[in-house]
Amino acid sequence: MIEGILIGLETAFSLKNLMMVMIGCFSGTIIGMLPGLGPMTAIALMIPITYGFEPSTGLILMAGVYYGAVFGGSTSSILINAPGIPGTVATSFDGYPMAQQGKAGKALAIAAYSSFAGGTIAAIFLLIAAPSLSKVSLAFRSPDYFGLMILGLTAVSAFSAKGHFLKAMMMVVLGLMLASVGQDTLSDIPRFTFQNMNLSDGISFVLVVMATFAMSEALTIIFKANDPTRVAKQISLSELGSIKLDKAETKKMVTTIPRSSVLGFIIGVLPGAGSTIASFLAYGMERNFVNDEEKQKFGKGSVNGLAAPETANNAACSGSFVPLLTLGIPGSGTTAVMLGALLGFGIQPGPRLYQTNPEIFWSVIMSMYIGMVILLILNLPLIPYIARVLATPRTFLIPLILFFSVTGIYLMSFNNFDIYLMIGIAVVATILRLYDFPMPPLILAFVLGGLMEENLRRSLLISDGSWSFLWDRPLTLIIMITILTIVGWQIYKSFFKKN
Amino acid sequence: MKISPSKIISLLFFIFSGFYLYTAHQIQVFTFDENAAFNAKTFPIYLGYAGLIFSALYVILPETKPSNVDLKVLDYKKTILLIILMALYGLTILSAGYFLSTSIFLVLSYVVLGERKWFWIFILSFPFVAIFMYLLHGLLNIYLRDPFLQFIGIMG
Repeated sequence: MIEGILIGLETAFSLKNLMMVMIGCFSGTIIGMLPGLGPMTAIALMIPITYGFEPSTGLILMAGVYYGAVFGGSTSSILINAPGIPGTVATSFDGYPMAQQGKAGKALAIAAYSSFAGGTIAAIFLLIAAPSLSKVSLAFRSPDYFGLMILGLTAVSAFSAKGHFLKAMMMVVLGLMLASVGQDTLSDIPRFTFQNMNLSDGISFVLVVMATFAMSEALTIIFKANDPTRVAKQISLSELGSIKLDKAETKKMVTTIPRSSVLGFIIGVLPGAGSTIASFLAYGMERNFVNDEEKQKFGKGSVNGLAAPETANNAACSGSFVPLLTLGIPGSGTTAVMLGALLGFGIQPGPRLYQTNPEIFWSVIMSMYIGMVILLILNLPLIPYIARVLATPRTFLIPLILFFSVTGIYLMSFNNFDIYLMIGIAVVATILRLYDFPMPPLILAFVLGGLMEENLRRSLLISDGSWSFLWDRPLTLIIMITILTIVGWQIYKSFFKKN
Repeated sequence: MKISPSKIISLLFFIFSGFYLYTAHQIQVFTFDENAAFNAKTFPIYLGYAGLIFSALYVILPETKPSNVDLKVLDYKKTILLIILMALYGLTILSAGYFLSTSIFLVLSYVVLGERKWFWIFILSFPFVAIFMYLLHGLLNIYLRDPFLQFIGIMG
């Protein structure tokens, strides 16, 4: 393991890769800060830029973007009460009241220190957990993988769709349907191509991500521009106040950070849960831990109330890399985008990645930590300047996002068909978003589609067409019971609990 | 009887799933694969059924959490204009070239969205695209076909 860490450090500390982490953190912060644009959009916009890079460099850039975007989301939560991503909604509960009290600088500093500490503790857990889990996951067979993929899709639908489980499941099926377009991997038989040569290679992953996130986000912002509930709040960005913390505030953070980190990491590892649930749970847990006097301050600018969700959401981000790197199964929409990028580089994450490409495995883990250090030393002093991005008029912002999206696809295929297909998918995605049909399950399903079919093929062929493979092995049986529990709970919650 | 938009979307998805399932059955597999436990159309057939089941369930079951969208506040004009501009951008990107089509797309999009600061409109279109092209073409060696720039002799 020590050797692996040294390989990772050597790769991550090369001048080029350090530059990439810095660029990633900086651009991620700016994109993540813009309301409506989260890490998935930020990473999606970066994918075309990474085409010419080595896999480790490209992934290091994207890891930097990921952390930068999460931090950027916290900044807009605190300054204008407009969370860039759902994972930073809980940050606004106490961060925005602090900003209103003239302590915006302090709130941003607490967010930065908590994110850093949460990320650091989670990175240590990741260092320990990932190699061990890699070894354990070698025991996984095709039926287990197939079950795990269904579990991931069900869990993402259950947790991310906020009461719209059936809508999320429809999006899962739509994602799998889109993934089935093109030649069958084994027999090369064309499927759903309608004799169009442009579809014979299937639909590009970048195209789907760009259309359902970057382009559709931009169209949604314009579509809902007159919605009175979405009017951006303006605060003075010139007076952010001091970023220095006093002894009492530091003491409060010291007690909050460890417990929120552990909780965040565990939640992050679970498929589908992610940073949103981690931050809300940490906020709720912290409220139960503090004394009555501090409890009264929650929602009015509490240090504990701000530090807890910030620590947990960053720890969850690190935790979500565990199933991606060790099993090759992403547990969230963002890690699904990362998996798509990895596959694009010709790398198949999974238990063997640790052995076959140790430099990638370790350099990603190392660069995630370096990214956090850079975020702290680069972003904190620059906050007053970076915050001005929030003043960028959407009249400039939206066309630039659309331009980057179209360019990204044009650079991949150099044909009009993909651009039209992207516009078509983006329009459909915008309408679906309007009525709360969630997009992360669609992306996760699209990425997992090929792998799912492959594992189902192997399982069915081994069991001679019988579906008994779903309960033959104890591990598969446990996974299937977990899936049924999640589905059962969703049905109960939807139709019986209210009554 | 008023049917909610989410149910209409689900109904459309039901029809789409039916079409998908029909097309999945039409996939030509090799003769020796016809009766195999798994062939090229097995997975799509399951997907078609899954789509039918989930969408039918949504249509039949009562909505526990309906999505409330006030259609009157939505900005249809600007959104449709932007989509048309993107389609035109896609149409001209090969014939007019990357530089010209992108710059014009950006200028028109800024104007459609109500921007009137002409200095910034200019800076964030033609010079911005030129710098972006230089980064891609000149530094990252990513080829960008541009008949217009080739015609005026700027690009080789």
